[in-house]
Amino acid sequence: MRVNFTVNGRPQEADDVWEGESLLYMLRERLGLPGSKNACEQGECGSCTVRLDGEPVCSCLVAAGQVEGREVVTVEGLAEYAKQRSEHGGCGTDSCNSSRTAGTSLDEAKRWAARGIDSQTGEGGELSPVQQAFIDAGAVQCGFCTPGLLVAADEMLERHPNPSDADIREALSGNLCRCTGYEKIMDAVRLAAARQSEEV
Amino acid sequence: MDFLRPASWEEALAAKAEHPTAVPIAGGTDVMVEINFDHRRPEYLLDLNRVGELSEWEVGEETVRLGASVPYTRIMENLRPELPGLALASHTVASPQIRNRGGVGGNLGTASPAGDAHPALLAAGAQVEAESVRGSRLIPIDDFYTGVKRNALAPDELIRAVHIDKADGPQQYSKVGTRNAMVIAVCAFGLALHPGTRTVRTGIGSAAPTPVRAKAAEEFLNAALDEGGFWDNGRIITPSVAKQFADLCAGACNPIDDVRGTASYRRHAVGVMARRTLMWTWESYRGTDRAARRMGGAA
Amino acid sequence: MGTTGLPTNLTQGSRTKGGIGESTLRPDGVLKVTGEFAYSSDMWHEDMLWGQILRSTVAHAEILSIDTAEALATPGVYAVMTYDDLPTEVKHYGLEIQDTPVLAHGKVRHHGEPVAIVAADHPETARRAAAKIKVEYRELPVITDEASATAPDAIHVHEGRTDHHIGHVAHPNIVHRQPIVRGDVAAARERADVIVEGEYVFGMQDQAFLGPESGLAVPAEDGGVDLYIATQWLHSDLRQIAPVLGLPEDKVRMTLAGVGGAFGGREDLSMQIHACLLALRTGKPVKIVYNRFESFFGHVHRHPAKLYYEHGATSDGKLTHLKARIVLDGGAYASASPAVVGNASSLGAGPYVIDDVDIEAIALYTNNPPCGAMRGFGAVQACFAYEAQMDKLAAKLGMDPVQLRQLNAMEQGTLLPTGQAVDSPAPVAELLRRVKAMPLPPEQQWLTAGEAPDVRQLPGGLSNTTHGEGVVRGIGYAVGIKNVGFSEGFDDYSTARVRMEVVGGEPVATVHTAMAEVGQGGITVHAQIARTELGVTQVTINPADTQVGSAGSTSASRQTYVTGGAVRNSCELVREKVLEIGRRKFGTYHPAWATAELLLEGGKVVTDAGEVLADLVDVLGDEAVEVEAEWRHRPTEPFDLRTGQGFGHVQYTFAAHRAVVEVDTELGLVKVIELACAQDVGKALNPLSVLGQIQGGTVQGLGIAVMEEIVVDPKTAKVRNPSFTDYLIPTILDTPTIPVDVLELADDHAPYGLRGVGEAPTLSSTPAVLAAIRDATGLDLNRTPVRPEHLTGTA
Repeated sequence: MRVNFTVNGRPQEADDVWEGESLLYMLRERLGLPGSKNACEQGECGSCTVRLDGEPVCSCLVAAGQVEGREVVTVEGLAEYAKQRSEHGGCGTDSCNSSRTAGTSLDEAKRWAARGIDSQTGEGGELSPVQQAFIDAGAVQCGFCTPGLLVAADEMLERHPNPSDADIREALSGNLCRCTGYEKIMDAVRLAAARQSEEV
Repeated sequence: MDFLRPASWEEALAAKAEHPTAVPIAGGTDVMVEINFDHRRPEYLLDLNRVGELSEWEVGEETVRLGASVPYTRIMENLRPELPGLALASHTVASPQIRNRGGVGGNLGTASPAGDAHPALLAAGAQVEAESVRGSRLIPIDDFYTGVKRNALAPDELIRAVHIDKADGPQQYSKVGTRNAMVIAVCAFGLALHPGTRTVRTGIGSAAPTPVRAKAAEEFLNAALDEGGFWDNGRIITPSVAKQFADLCAGACNPIDDVRGTASYRRHAVGVMARRTLMWTWESYRGTDRAARRMGGAA
Repeated sequence: MGTTGLPTNLTQGSRTKGGIGESTLRPDGVLKVTGEFAYSSDMWHEDMLWGQILRSTVAHAEILSIDTAEALATPGVYAVMTYDDLPTEVKHYGLEIQDTPVLAHGKVRHHGEPVAIVAADHPETARRAAAKIKVEYRELPVITDEASATAPDAIHVHEGRTDHHIGHVAHPNIVHRQPIVRGDVAAARERADVIVEGEYVFGMQDQAFLGPESGLAVPAEDGGVDLYIATQWLHSDLRQIAPVLGLPEDKVRMTLAGVGGAFGGREDLSMQIHACLLALRTGKPVKIVYNRFESFFGHVHRHPAKLYYEHGATSDGKLTHLKARIVLDGGAYASASPAVVGNASSLGAGPYVIDDVDIEAIALYTNNPPCGAMRGFGAVQACFAYEAQMDKLAAKLGMDPVQLRQLNAMEQGTLLPTGQAVDSPAPVAELLRRVKAMPLPPEQQWLTAGEAPDVRQLPGGLSNTTHGEGVVRGIGYAVGIKNVGFSEGFDDYSTARVRMEVVGGEPVATVHTAMAEVGQGGITVHAQIARTELGVTQVTINPADTQVGSAGSTSASRQTYVTGGAVRNSCELVREKVLEIGRRKFGTYHPAWATAELLLEGGKVVTDAGEVLADLVDVLGDEAVEVEAEWRHRPTEPFDLRTGQGFGHVQYTFAAHRAVVEVDTELGLVKVIELACAQDVGKALNPLSVLGQIQGGTVQGLGIAVMEEIVVDPKTAKVRNPSFTDYLIPTILDTPTIPVDVLELADDHAPYGLRGVGEAPTLSSTPAVLAAIRDATGLDLNRTPVRPEHLTGTA
């Protein structure tokens, strides 16, 4: 069958799609977007997390045919998506205006910053704040969980700019990581939140 | 495999009538796992995502008519006052990503004893709105589960919505898993106080071939509360009554040993959850009851 | 021809010196956060086929027949191969013992053993075709434990063994046996005022790396094959693959594709040979990607173990003796079992001074899933047992458990039961002191300003099982000892090719090794070493491949030590050559060229007094300097087969944990509140990466403490939970805060004084959590993982 949908803002058409295929397979094998990862194919690990009409979902559990006419954002489009969002008026929820009651101060967060180290591959390029924070905080090891975590974390920060630690943990509880023990991932999300609130 | 994409509910019913073996897919959180792992190769997949009304709900006088595909996230965020037990159950479902896709219709369609919604539906009281081209009917939740992963739907029927009684008292829900998030129930327990009818209803998950109510426990507790005038005097439920209730709930289980837990543990845990959820709901009832009386006095 | 996902050079600069000791960032970080980093499963090639493996549905059976006709006739299928189609006389492989058939022959020995392979044009076609292969089995009784393995009439899992261990084992179903005997245990036992005994059970843990096994084999015009693969050791794979294909090693060109974690699970081959066979048979590129279900069958696991321990002590707490017997279940094939036995036995006494020791460790052949390498490698199982014993002993003596450990803690100079002296710092008592001194986390963090508790902070989490009822806090301590590097006389070397040249007016170093970057950050460290040694800022890391000499395995906490050592060594050789060029060109202009100690710093040649002699750009000009050299750490020797004596290990590493848990004692649910760690790392080459290793290792230890276990049916030897639904690893809501106190006490034998980091935290984390649960519940828990049943008397 044929499926037409929008990925990262661009219309896409996939042909000869097997009816049992998942959105994940279609992205990876038909559209040349392997950034979303396949680690369990049963919705337990979150490595394949994408946004479907804005909602974070496991793309392995969305049938390819179900995305006909819908909008998908993958990790490959995350930087552009974040850029568009910041250019079009911030997070778009009224929680932006609420005073800080939780979360991490920027001073605290800066402890995990790169301490003056950059690299050719570590700067430049257009990265979203959460992507940059994952690099700076050391939240990336093998990196297989990273794309899904980034999509989930970015969406959480959009809804909830000043999350408490428990909020972060709850929002990311559908994303397994086997390398980091999650501590640096917590640091990265706190850092991204702190940088984001500094900009606002 | 054929992928059927009805654009409306009528088209969906017609497709199901024409292809009774078609497997409905909405959130995909059960069906896609089976397809991905080669456990199932249905002849037809019937996509319900384009049927918009399945993702809507209506809050009525007595009940909430909850569309079969309303995601758990929406239930948690929007229906906590009306459906507190189901909202709590929804929060225990898997992960945020799954809660954004899965809905109660899928839980009912799969009818796994481990489905998280079942105990909450049993405790609250609900009816499943099933429809086919032949017509529509309401199936009481107590009659819906007919066996392990079997339900009362006819082959040509689809689940349109669930009519859940609006809470008239406190409700609670607990689920045991061996992880603090994203876990399938080892066993689960739902409890609802119905001060209007002066009854208590329960629901047990993953501890019998189907989701069940602990009817003997309910009857015992209804009688005990009634005899002691508890509904009126709001007294603390005695430990012996709570224990007897918990034991009867444990006794209502007919669990198995499996890789997720032993039968013996499931019975034990259901008893603990029954006692705790009774205490939480009763404390809440006493609190609101006292508050209501104070407000009445002030007026 | 179109191929995507080929590994690329990674070039990294730095505004600061970016050398060792700084927390420089990963050179592959941007690729990984943008989704552009190509993992082995992301490779794509025009016209490629998909490979599928048919695996046994039973654990132990004779194969009566295999019928592939229907599968072969399926449209879209290009090849179906069984044992009979293997091209050469070499039909087995293995890390140490070549006992593993490439495809089953006559018999299957474990559930999920590969029987046949298929190549087709779509993964679904390959799956359907594999399902059409008819295999007729006649089931055999299963061997699942020591009793059934060593019964006089037990079926031999492997008939006619000829490996070098068969001569010293009592039964052909024992892979290897290693006793460690020192002193006079019988006499020492007489001096003991108290004796504690225990029998401990350690469950089967899975590495559960997130990127399942995968790779792409591309047939080449010269009859060879190019293999892009996620592995831990390219050259070890190569040594096993080439003979089966009947190709010389230079015709099997291997390149490391992106690796999604490893933790020991990629030391053995998985789909490497299968993909190459199908590619050579069909003449087309073949990609194989396991799904999660298959991954559980596609790699070895951590050995489950039964451990019998007896410790004695005088009434003042001094250990008198240790008797221990460690039985590891190696499953159907040997994999790394012999080396795991060596570790479990030689480190079985833990980081304590005990003069009189009698330890025996064995690994069994059974029909359970094959077990081999996993982070901690034999030392993990032993640590679980000896640390439980320390707590038991402390309780019996009425002593503080930390004090008892400190009283008996080894230090530099202590003799291990192998007779080997620990010849670098061993701050065991100090690590314990440090974790104990850390502030405790606040109590009852679930209490909120409102009425409802924050269930996310309680055992059970979002499942809403308690609002504080039944919750009891417990605290536990543990410390462990792990060896670094390959032991027992193994020639544990690495190779580095380092090149220096001027590119775009700037001196650039290029580092080429075959080291498998599996996420640990080895490439980050290589760039740092090159900057420190060569005074450059720009460093290019070449993809790892077999066009350069072996780097050894990314395991045993060894890569920073050994390949880091090799990179430093090659940099030093490059530096000498650069200085030679400098002397040749400029030596006559300044006497310091001949007399001073010269360094490369900030792109210049400087004297040790800081005087600048020349710019590297001027020294190098158009010349490129390149060195490829092997580097080895000091040699070790095998353990004596009867006494276990010998200089077996090259380095030791130590970590201590304090666990704070809250247990819902009625429901048996556990929440780990904090896992504080103190570890000596010798020298933190990259402090950020060091923390990542310690925290990651700590959480893998937490997993085996409270949730992770591959459950094997004892009646059928079949795996009951091969999925992420039923094999649970910790989520971010199960994971506590992990404060880390890093010590840097240099090991003078090691490059920069560093100490391998990755494994030690996985040892002590598990027993610390168990100790904390015992403290909370008062229960005498002797197995891990501990399940709710064990805490509620409902097992």
